[in-house]
Amino acid sequence: MQDAIKPRDVNDVAEAVASAAAGEKRLELIGRGSKRELGRAVQTDATLDLSALSGITLYEPEELVLSARAATPISEIEKALEERKQELAFEPMDYGPLLNKARGEGTIGGAIAAGLSGPRRIKVGSARDFMLGVSAVSGRGEIFKAGGRVVKNVTGYDLPRLLAGSWGTLAVMTDITLKVLPRAEDCATVLLFGASDSHANEAMSAAMGSSCEVSAAAHLPQWPADNVAELDAPGKSVTALRLEGVPQSVAYRKTKLQELLRPFGALGSLDATKSRAFWKSIRDVAPFADRTERTVWKISTTPSLAPGIAAGINAATGAHYYYDWAGGLLWLEMPGDKPEENAVRTTLAGRGHATLIRASAAARASAEVFEPLDPVRAAISQRLKSSFDPKGVLNPGRIYAEG
Amino acid sequence: MVAMPAPDTSVLSRREAIVSALREIVPGEGVIANDVAMRPYESDGLTAYRQLPMVVVLPETTEQVSKILSYCYENSIKVVPRGAGTSLSGGALPLADGVLLGMGKFNKVLEIDYPNRAVVAQPGVTNLGITKAVEGSGFYYAPDPSSQIACTIGGNVAENSGGVHCLKYGLTTNNVLGVEMVLMTGEIVRFGGKHLDAEGYDFLSLIIGSEGLLGVVTEVTVRILKKPETARALLVGFPTSEAAGDCVAKIIGAGIIPGGMEMMDKPAIHAAEAFVHAGYPLDVEALLIVELDGPEAECNHLIESVSAIAKGCGAVTLRASTSEEERLKFWAGRKAAFPAVGRISPDYYCMDGTIPRAKLPLVLSRMRELSEKYGLLVANVFHAGDGNLHPLILYDANKEGELERAENFGSDILRLCVEVGGVLTGEHGVGVEKRDLMPSMFNKTDLDQQLRVKCAFDDKGLLNPGKVFPELHRCAEMGRMHVHGGKTAFPDLPRF
Repeated sequence: MQDAIKPRDVNDVAEAVASAAAGEKRLELIGRGSKRELGRAVQTDATLDLSALSGITLYEPEELVLSARAATPISEIEKALEERKQELAFEPMDYGPLLNKARGEGTIGGAIAAGLSGPRRIKVGSARDFMLGVSAVSGRGEIFKAGGRVVKNVTGYDLPRLLAGSWGTLAVMTDITLKVLPRAEDCATVLLFGASDSHANEAMSAAMGSSCEVSAAAHLPQWPADNVAELDAPGKSVTALRLEGVPQSVAYRKTKLQELLRPFGALGSLDATKSRAFWKSIRDVAPFADRTERTVWKISTTPSLAPGIAAGINAATGAHYYYDWAGGLLWLEMPGDKPEENAVRTTLAGRGHATLIRASAAARASAEVFEPLDPVRAAISQRLKSSFDPKGVLNPGRIYAEG
Repeated sequence: MVAMPAPDTSVLSRREAIVSALREIVPGEGVIANDVAMRPYESDGLTAYRQLPMVVVLPETTEQVSKILSYCYENSIKVVPRGAGTSLSGGALPLADGVLLGMGKFNKVLEIDYPNRAVVAQPGVTNLGITKAVEGSGFYYAPDPSSQIACTIGGNVAENSGGVHCLKYGLTTNNVLGVEMVLMTGEIVRFGGKHLDAEGYDFLSLIIGSEGLLGVVTEVTVRILKKPETARALLVGFPTSEAAGDCVAKIIGAGIIPGGMEMMDKPAIHAAEAFVHAGYPLDVEALLIVELDGPEAECNHLIESVSAIAKGCGAVTLRASTSEEERLKFWAGRKAAFPAVGRISPDYYCMDGTIPRAKLPLVLSRMRELSEKYGLLVANVFHAGDGNLHPLILYDANKEGELERAENFGSDILRLCVEVGGVLTGEHGVGVEKRDLMPSMFNKTDLDQQLRVKCAFDDKGLLNPGKVFPELHRCAEMGRMHVHGGKTAFPDLPRF
């Protein structure tokens, strides 16, 4: 049983980290533990349980800004935003279903540290794009702040965005300030049935390159399309494109998008309610949630290269897959519990990067979870880590082996 | 005036050898060492500061940049990178003992990739040059700083440039997908590409807005967007700036994010109208330009919604553009606001703080007090949607002490922005200009952490020194941790 340290506030955090640094101890940072199985397995001397650092500290809807302590549940933030018809526009995915855990357990700090996003990534960006300011404790046990609470700010290095996706390896975020946006009044999804991967890729590219302002674009081969409740077992592949905005605009763009897509094949659509449910499924990788023993990978790549990469990995391993981000994001489910790292990385061949998402502890220990870096980037990553955390106190080895 | 680091005499004494070594790397006219020819490089857009560099070098290839930096690293020579030199904060101000590295010859668009909606460009391509390269197919590059005709994409990366459309479409950091850059050691490295998420740490976040202190960017990949089908603008006059500010808050509160939303105060309105005759009302205290873009049906719907909100906030004049000419005319005055102010005053000093929007009336009234205190007039243009304020302080550099008064007035304004919860600079950068004000926003620990990041990239402190950070420290000192073999007050981990 590991020691658990439960700080009450930022000063407690600073003291705990300073003590750990002095005593050459290593800490695992935990909000509510919903993403503990992601990343490389960490070996630490104690857990730093941040769950007491919770609560929204500032929310000004007319300024589009919200501040919260790092371990505030996402669900609490989303509820507060919903009351004012706003949202976290980066649509942070909920890893609960995929990792065989409860839904809605994530914290805002965890969402930022993991650099989460969702299908709307292609239009508005990810967690990093909404980071405005941060207070944090470095691995030296020093409290520092960076950024601010305004959207336009170039005062000093953009450390808030850097901390997004850093998996708690650089600093312990204690307070986070985010840009929030109005929630779209209406949404609809246009469906294209039966397109091949490459045909669907072209269709998504045409839609993204139109003035229809598509806010999400996914393509599912017949399997897993048949495993998505909102699609009612179509028996063929489904390409889905989401439109959001004021009703007049959504209606107009829907007609326009259907005209654009007609040459690609048979069309259908989802209404607002079904749309919302469908994109949540895509966001949370629901199609691969039910066979929890199988390994899941995620690949970020150039959209037009995705069909070739998917076909290559499928040929080598028999993996199932689907595309989000108009092809830029590929989710792959391996047929078994082996990581198949070699097949994934050899096929990808540097044309993007692959992350092992769901795998047994043994598999995560034997494979590289994140894409290995070339020597120059590896060295600068190590120097960056040391500039925040010279003693390697914070989540050591969560992204890369340290030694 | 802000003082620059004292020149290193040992470097200056080696000048001849340095110039010949650079000529070995960049043959022909790519190395400029005589004073007359170096004159155009002595300052950037912050013309109050001038300094001839030791030598100017204009490389044409990434390999040359790599060799130059590697040589300078080995020989401990400072380097100041420069794009088009349009910085308003002195980011490209040369150093007497430094190499001025001009990236102007990197001026080619390398690849236009419509299927993936990306453009790969060399850093010396102008911001507008990217849009020009793709507009024939109906695409554009969204961030549009006012200097877009001249400023380069490399400079935009260095400064994280914004523009009037960034509330809806984001800043440079939200629109750049990847860079190739050369580190001070000469190592060439790539971050990002045409994919979206970062592999490992999000280095792009750090590099964008780093003001040329972390590396020299040699290639940039940006995302491009399809042009909206239509755009319409509203021109709305208010009897008070409070009413205009209230209107902005209500528009956003109603869930509307306009493509652009700009405010001008009375002195700025009058200067602009006298210059371009845009048809601005002259009897109002504040003027709002609200631009809505998207499909026509959406624009028309939103124009009605915004008009209703504006009337509810006490608008005294309200005009909606009915043609593209009229829309552009509404903008003409705003876009020409700086030169317009330049016509009514021998010199002006442009500030760039950002404030939480709700504080605008307070900041404007405090600014009027400061204006009286310093005996200098100020005109305000304001990116109202995102709180970025550009006060233009009018002064005459030929009058004894006026520049200094203008600088002090400006510093007071920026401290005021920080005091109300804002920041020192929204889009122009810290550079030389605001360097010594950094402690009003950040304490020593905050700044030390930033300096340590700098050390991770540039351990000898050779890239653009004297900018951004008020004090320079040796990286070895910065890295030290005051820990004494584990024998501290907390030998064990505390348990709460």
